[in-house]
Amino acid sequence: MSHSVLFLILAALTFAGFFMGRKRAVAQAGGVIRSLHSRPNYYGYLVALWCGIPAFALLLLWVGLESNVVDTLLAASLPDSLTAGMDPASLSLLLNDIHNLAAGVATSRDINEAMAGAADHYNDLRETGLLALAVVALGVAIGGILVGSKLIHPDLRARAKVERAINRALFICSLLAIMITVGIVMSLLFESIRFFGKVSPFDFLFGLEWSPQTALRADQVGSSGAFGALPLLAGTMLISFIAMCVAAPIGLLSAIYLVEYAPRKVRAVVKPLLEILAGIPTVVYGFFAALTAAPFIRDVGTSLGLSVSSESALAAGAVMGIMIIPFVSSLSDDVINAVPQSMRDGSYGLGATQSETILRVVLPAALPGIVGSMLLAVSRAIGETMIVVMAAGLAANLTANPLEAVTTVTVQIVTLLVGDQEFDSAKTLAAFALGLLLFCITLALNVVALMIVNRYREQYE
Amino acid sequence: MNDQNAPTRSIDNSTAMAAVQRSLGKRNRAERRFRFFGIASIGIALALLMVLFWTIISSALPAFTETSIDLEITLPADEIDPQGSGDPAVIGDANFPKYIKRAMYSLFPEVTKRRDKKQLAGLISPGAAFKLREHAMSDPSLVGTTIVLRVPMSDDVDQFKKGQITADIPESDRRISDKQIAWVQTLTDMGLVHQGFNKTFFTAGDSREPELAGIWGAIMGSIFTMIITLALSFPIGVASAVYLEEFAPKNRLSDIIEVNINNLAAVPSIVFGLLGLAVFLNFAGLPRSAPLVGGMVLALMTLPTVIIASRAALKSVPPSIREAALGLGASKAQAVAHHVVPLALPGMLTGAIIGMARALGETAPLLMIGMVAFIVDFPGNFTDPATVLPVQIYLWADAPERAFIERSSATTLVLLCFLIMMNGLAVILRKRFERRW
Repeated sequence: MSHSVLFLILAALTFAGFFMGRKRAVAQAGGVIRSLHSRPNYYGYLVALWCGIPAFALLLLWVGLESNVVDTLLAASLPDSLTAGMDPASLSLLLNDIHNLAAGVATSRDINEAMAGAADHYNDLRETGLLALAVVALGVAIGGILVGSKLIHPDLRARAKVERAINRALFICSLLAIMITVGIVMSLLFESIRFFGKVSPFDFLFGLEWSPQTALRADQVGSSGAFGALPLLAGTMLISFIAMCVAAPIGLLSAIYLVEYAPRKVRAVVKPLLEILAGIPTVVYGFFAALTAAPFIRDVGTSLGLSVSSESALAAGAVMGIMIIPFVSSLSDDVINAVPQSMRDGSYGLGATQSETILRVVLPAALPGIVGSMLLAVSRAIGETMIVVMAAGLAANLTANPLEAVTTVTVQIVTLLVGDQEFDSAKTLAAFALGLLLFCITLALNVVALMIVNRYREQYE
Repeated sequence: MNDQNAPTRSIDNSTAMAAVQRSLGKRNRAERRFRFFGIASIGIALALLMVLFWTIISSALPAFTETSIDLEITLPADEIDPQGSGDPAVIGDANFPKYIKRAMYSLFPEVTKRRDKKQLAGLISPGAAFKLREHAMSDPSLVGTTIVLRVPMSDDVDQFKKGQITADIPESDRRISDKQIAWVQTLTDMGLVHQGFNKTFFTAGDSREPELAGIWGAIMGSIFTMIITLALSFPIGVASAVYLEEFAPKNRLSDIIEVNINNLAAVPSIVFGLLGLAVFLNFAGLPRSAPLVGGMVLALMTLPTVIIASRAALKSVPPSIREAALGLGASKAQAVAHHVVPLALPGMLTGAIIGMARALGETAPLLMIGMVAFIVDFPGNFTDPATVLPVQIYLWADAPERAFIERSSATTLVLLCFLIMMNGLAVILRKRFERRW
């Protein structure tokens, strides 16, 4: 019997519980449904809840804990001849081999008697565990049905009970949003603290050199890894600045045109077309930046007599700018739309032309909202990963020249973490410190931007 | 109009009017200029969109054809199956690459030098031997005969036939030599070389050889990942939206949840990847590179989108519906479950589909949890190592062979087709079920 079979049996029992509860309620009422407090279905739901919740919780718990429990038992039962003088790492390798042997897959070491015995023991343990689980879970399920059915009485407020349970389940679902945030903060913070145990936060935040090499030997060349994040931040800012130089004017002017000038039909066509730009996956932009935009910019630069790196910040930034145009334009669109028509009418009444009205009345009134939407776009640019991974460089240059290659925070996170990692080297942990930095910067930008936008919205509502 | 003020006014007006008249030309020009800037920026944005699509489509189209050759191959019975057992297992052990090479050498008997022979054999893809092996194993009676089999040619020949490599590049700068070009010409003149629809691209998994590489493995990986994402984010998202919109008391906790959801929607996707790495892989010990973990990470990422869209859908259901239900004696939960949620469902589904479309194109968090490996096999379940379409684009875009770049574009096109279909579905749903109250 496997987990999925058990799952199906429990599901079937839950269904059975529903029908039994319903039938029992009707029987108790002597067929006079009016005499029941709730409609018969609610008695069914109640029994099903009694049956299903504990049993499925048990199943989930075991699925989560099984490997840990079985491994602990297995490790305790291993003969000393196998485990003599082993540290935890090689012990886990040994356990892994036993798992493979038990599953009939090739192992990395010679199979001896003790190993074979351990593998058999492992299989036994798992089977026993599953059997015990099946017995307990089925017992709990059936017990739940019995308890639930016992409760049924025409005066039982079944609906209220069921609704309270549903309400609680919905509440737990909405708590998940908080749990995700807490999970992000905790996981980043936890690993970052370990990182800051090896590298001081001051060096990390204000260091001018980034070369995340950790030495295998003490006397190795370049053995002193440097973890100064400033060049990465500078690179991120440079690329985001270039992106905003592209996106801000194009996005804002398109928004102004679409709101103030464009006939309704043009707007209905152009707006969704612009939003296509936001729907294109970022990896596609990265592909475009690396294979079309970067060579193009390099060729143009070369023909002008400039030396342009083939991974120039300009290429990555410009393509990122294209991606951000729709963010700027649709956010500014909302903001400009929210400016009351009476302000425009007042300006027209004083004889201003349409462009004068826009530049001197509408835009100043919408300015806070526009600043907010720009900040949101900047935070988007800072957190963007694929474009820079594919089109920006890897070397951390502290430069403001857009024609040179720079690297960004997100690029370094990806390079540090793709491939095999060990979780105690400063190199891997540095990625989490960078992640924390990125999270804090974007969070601050978002909070400020949302605050500005909300305050502005209240002003005109 | 005040009569007494009228004369003075008119004098002022006339001087003012003159000033206005004088500046009017300039102001109108400024107006036209401003309007032009608006049109120009929209034009630039749309032009960039066109350039993007045109680049991808034009570089993707060649990937949909492949170059193959009709090779006359002799399968010597004494080497393949000396006992004449007809057992596929015995046949499978034979040295099929040798027979392919022999077939090529027999086409060009004048090639005798070892180096030239190697170059000649290099015209055929290594996949040819696998195809021959499968062919022979499926029909053991072919052993001992001479068959004509259409086998793929190498990616360099393919690129040459498509005109991506031309003969006027210096020989040292291209991956196909002058001699090989001459052989390909001869073979083409003999009518053996074919260019046809590239079925391999849609049916194969990843490969080190571009001509054998396909996206079916990545499509399967994407499907498995999306199933997990949908199964987690839709019910949880709808449940929390229903709670926040219909049941939540106005208190501190509800406010915190709300602020939280808005902030989560703007957290960079790579941070979700870090969360997945630290919690799902390191802490919970789930398998690396698995669609299960990828789907969970993407579900966390799309959850805010689904919640926000579902809340908007719930908000658009007029309060009169709830009040009517309550007035007929329904409880709050009954009113919501029987009336509000069904009416809001199309809107919720639209939001979920748009969230899924974003998750389908997401790459960065999946790099963190190891879905970036080179995987040849098709994933068979949720815990097999797999890759997804956008990651495949990323992997191939980095490859040195030009043929991989072409396939990367083609994969992009396939991904965009999926996205367009999903967004189209969302639009249709909205159009069909949208209600104006």
